[in-house]
Amino acid sequence: MSRRKSISRRALLESMLAGGLGAALLPFKGLAMAAPDITKRIPSSGEALPLVGLGSWITFNVGNDRRALNSCADVVRAFFAAGGRLIDSSPMYGSSQATIGYALNKLGDPETLFAADKVWTSSAARGPTQIEQSRRHWDVRAFDLLQVHNLRAWERHLDLLFGMKDEGRLRYVGVTTSHGRRHGDLERIMKRHPLDFVQMTYNASHRAVERRLLPLARERGIAVIANRPYDGGRLIRRAKREVLPSWAAEIGAANWPEFLLKFVVSHPAVNCAIPATTQVVHVRENMRASSGLLPDQATRRRMAAHIRQL
Amino acid sequence: MSEWMTYRLSDFLMFSPSTYFRQFELYNADVWPAHIMTLTLGAACLWLSRQPIAAPQRALPAILAGCWLWVAWGYLYTRYATINWAASYFAGAFVLQAILLFLVGTFGKKLEFGGSIQRAQKAGIAIFLIAMIVQPLIGVIAGRPWVEAEVFGLAPNPTVAATLGLLLAARRWRWELFVIPALWCGIDGATRLAMEAPDFWVMPVVAILVIGLAAAAAIDRRRAARQL
Repeated sequence: MSRRKSISRRALLESMLAGGLGAALLPFKGLAMAAPDITKRIPSSGEALPLVGLGSWITFNVGNDRRALNSCADVVRAFFAAGGRLIDSSPMYGSSQATIGYALNKLGDPETLFAADKVWTSSAARGPTQIEQSRRHWDVRAFDLLQVHNLRAWERHLDLLFGMKDEGRLRYVGVTTSHGRRHGDLERIMKRHPLDFVQMTYNASHRAVERRLLPLARERGIAVIANRPYDGGRLIRRAKREVLPSWAAEIGAANWPEFLLKFVVSHPAVNCAIPATTQVVHVRENMRASSGLLPDQATRRRMAAHIRQL
Repeated sequence: MSEWMTYRLSDFLMFSPSTYFRQFELYNADVWPAHIMTLTLGAACLWLSRQPIAAPQRALPAILAGCWLWVAWGYLYTRYATINWAASYFAGAFVLQAILLFLVGTFGKKLEFGGSIQRAQKAGIAIFLIAMIVQPLIGVIAGRPWVEAEVFGLAPNPTVAATLGLLLAARRWRWELFVIPALWCGIDGATRLAMEAPDFWVMPVVAILVIGLAAAAAIDRRRAARQL
């Protein structure tokens, strides 16, 4: 919905691919499998999304610095060039929304964009105004996904977002948490409301969501966006002190970022991870985790054990 | 409460250190040569604080108030607020401090300087001079380029440190004027600590030193007054 008036040929092809190739890949049976440009389907619609999106926390909050804005635009260009679609932001992220808008305009408004933003205010009355401000920053016609940020005033905002969806002004509704907080509240909301998306922190060192929330998301047909896939960079800093294990090649991971990201996106309930970066080389590394091979359950256990020992 | 305890300081940082310090580079380039004017105003403040009569001294808090107003608008509201939504609240606090300086010092004539110089007053002048001369170089010492220098009257830290120095150098301390500068010192220390900047300790130490010296001197004065 973000920039498209009707379903493009590419979107149609993607949808067909997701229905066929994507569905065949989802069970992840066997050690690893060749899977170029892997996508997973959003359970509530069947629309395909690449496994790796683009976060904007800190990295895109660059104010009016033209040099930094252009650098961020280069990152967004590399993201789309590698087949990326979902970009995620929030009114809480300073100038990140405006930076995304700058990049999108500079790139000529990529048709494949999946625009995901949030509503972040304790005032129910201010929700619509904030959403409109966010939309203007992005300079898109409408968002594809709007999420209640960190469950802030979630009851009132969910009413608003479901209302927008009913009116055809929004395609997907979600809620977010981060840093492993408020899992009890999130579980209750997931059980009671027909969410399309839920966003939570999931990475190789923060796996609490594997116990209840990820299985619940599968059961309820809710797409999962994993935020902080590198634990704010800490995991990469920790991992880079060690040599990448030789068996990483079996899952097509050529470096630590790919290794860590493949662990996150290979969980059957996770639709996509949203690493943030300021560097083109990093966005290319991240996007490579969205293609090639994915680990099966046994390999995931091996990966988790290896990361624990770092 | 328990949920708040699970946050790290860095979880509240919403910009990268390079973005934060680059703002000073762009700001300095935009406002140059205002640095010469604000440093001249700082020198004027020092001269005014040493005048034996009260009338010229009243210009001192007015100059400081002008600097706080400019920092609120020129840096905090129009620049820092673009990467930190809390900065617009900081700008409001700086405007409030400017109003307090004017009301208490210039309009109320309650900020007097001069007379015999005690240990606390000497320390206040020293802190003021450090804020004017040394503080712009701290970034360079910490490994940042000189174009990101923070200068009195333009950037918050040297303006706050110089103000605290002059408040300490006053004949009588107006405690209400210490509150906002001390709070800023804490905020700046926390921000730089979260950014892992090596100079994170500077502003908290300035605040602790100034308030500690003023409090100790105030206690001494009370004891001396009781003995009379």
